[in-house]
Amino acid sequence: MAPPPVLILESLRQQIASCESQLQDLRRQLAEAEHQQRAAQQHAHDRLRTSAPAPFGDPLTHDMRYGIHDDFRSEVFAALSQGEEEQAGEEEQRPPGRRWPLDAVEYRRYGRQLIMPEVGLQGQLRLKNAAVLIIGMGGLGCPAAAYLAGAGVGTIGLVDGDVVEESNLHRQILHSTARVGMTKVESAMVALNSLNPNVKLVSHTTRLSPETALSTMQPYDLVLDCTDNPASRYLISDTCVLLGKTLVSASALRTDGQLMVLNNPPMPPGSTSGGPCYRCVFPKPPPPESVVSCGDGGILGPVVGIMGVLQALEAIKVLTRNSNPSIPETPPDPPSLLIFSAYSSPMFRSIRLRTRKAKCAACSAQASVTPEALNSGSLDYVQFCGVINPVDALSPNERISVNNYAKIRLDVNPFTGTEPSKDSHILVDVREKVEFDLCNVEGSVNVPFSTVTSTRSSGPNGTSNGQQGNEEQSWVSELKSYPDKPIFVLCRRGNDSQITVKKMRELGLDLGGQRWIGDIKGGLNAWRDSVDPEFPEY
Amino acid sequence: MKNDDTIPITVEFSGGLEMLFSNDRKHSLSMPAKDEDGTLSNIAYLVRYLCDSVMKDPRKDLFVLDGTVRPGILVLINEADWELEGEDKYEIKNGDNILFVSTLHGG
Ligand SMILES: [Zn+2]
Repeated sequence: MAPPPVLILESLRQQIASCESQLQDLRRQLAEAEHQQRAAQQHAHDRLRTSAPAPFGDPLTHDMRYGIHDDFRSEVFAALSQGEEEQAGEEEQRPPGRRWPLDAVEYRRYGRQLIMPEVGLQGQLRLKNAAVLIIGMGGLGCPAAAYLAGAGVGTIGLVDGDVVEESNLHRQILHSTARVGMTKVESAMVALNSLNPNVKLVSHTTRLSPETALSTMQPYDLVLDCTDNPASRYLISDTCVLLGKTLVSASALRTDGQLMVLNNPPMPPGSTSGGPCYRCVFPKPPPPESVVSCGDGGILGPVVGIMGVLQALEAIKVLTRNSNPSIPETPPDPPSLLIFSAYSSPMFRSIRLRTRKAKCAACSAQASVTPEALNSGSLDYVQFCGVINPVDALSPNERISVNNYAKIRLDVNPFTGTEPSKDSHILVDVREKVEFDLCNVEGSVNVPFSTVTSTRSSGPNGTSNGQQGNEEQSWVSELKSYPDKPIFVLCRRGNDSQITVKKMRELGLDLGGQRWIGDIKGGLNAWRDSVDPEFPEY
Repeated sequence: MKNDDTIPITVEFSGGLEMLFSNDRKHSLSMPAKDEDGTLSNIAYLVRYLCDSVMKDPRKDLFVLDGTVRPGILVLINEADWELEGEDKYEIKNGDNILFVSTLHGG
């Protein structure tokens, strides 16, 4: 039986996803209706108990009337009525018609955190009345949102402009296989609704921009930066400073994570008692070529998960701080950077950070970041952080398309009649060894790009590191030992291959122009698109 | 100029910088106690020393830019931001732990 076409699969997935979200909605409505019914019953029951007079049924009333000395009786009544007055004081916090500050379902649901002095009733009410904005519904945002919704944060805003992809699922725990293709915000809402229907969710299904940042973030008490690029990190931090909001910022890559609570306390720009902002710590953005994404560098699911969970924890700490009147008030923690490193021992270390920078562009008295500048769009964060232009290092005659390369491999040469041969040339794959081992083109040899870039091209001048030199030269001498074979260089996307071709020339591998060296345009992605659709995509 | 004296220190790399230093996160070094001019070694000299004598990767621009550590790298002296210790003028002491952290951006 032939496998069903991709379109059918896609359509089925979408139908299921749509039904699932309808079902979730119905469940939520049902839960709300049940909850209202229970509350109404409880209310009626309470009224019955308090208002029904039982002159002889209630033992206390009986004793008070007939069995106790007058003085003692008046003392007891005084004590009882004082208790009522105290209760009346607390009553003001309660919605009218409610006997307890929280619903019965809330006592049950949050019981395990309610009994902790760090939270308690007042802390829970703070969480319930809080609005938290989570920017980025990826590897950080998913666990952060799950824990905050679980803890009963009253309102959670979700910002993301992307849709769920299969490669997200190993770490972005709110999304599911069935919801691939759905917006990340909608997918997260389905999961969060089923986790805790009492939380109000607000969706923002577009990427945050300088023009929308102030109005988007304004209604919230606290912001979580769960994004994945420097430009958004500066934008979010600047906006938090302008709006006076504390920011919980985290990031992760490969096996490492970093966490900071910024603008804490959130004093206005110019105040030296406020916590540092992102610009205080990193006044200048990193060079764009040093910025590595999870797609290129890789990421271990639990690593980014830990960082997202820590963000939720810091958010709960900020929101509930000093809510317990019986615990002495404490100032916010001094600014620090928490570094997580999964393969180091110990895995966590905390670094003391600086205070606000006297000349910070965002939070100092001389700040150039203003609401007007932000709203007018004159602050170009993408420009500020720089962009990497696609590598265009080679001339057209140093490059070959995947289709033409495929002909060299597969077809008989129509002019000479020579049989195709993989042996007629050398195919060098410059992906890292771990990627090469996942899947590779038959007959290719692996020279990892990190080895290429760390090879010194100015000849054998390194006297102190001769051993290293020999080791790195081995791939060069290997290629030199087949001087008559052209070299084709291949990588994942077609960037590293170009840089490698240049490097090979510098190393003299083109034998003064006698040997052709070139790159295969578009790399293995193009190879998959045009030649071999079965070549794995990862 | 005699520079026999060395100071034992620990230099650590995090956030991907270790890839530029033979994939080692932790280096125990004995660095010269004085710099080229005979003044006591400070962080500025340590950065030069790391570039010239420890780093084998030729991509120096991923570590230094305009003579100092590139933007996006935090320098931490004994678990504290170098801004709290005098930045690159901090004089290195016996047994110091200097940590270079590259910011991460993934999420
Ligand atoms: Zn600042």
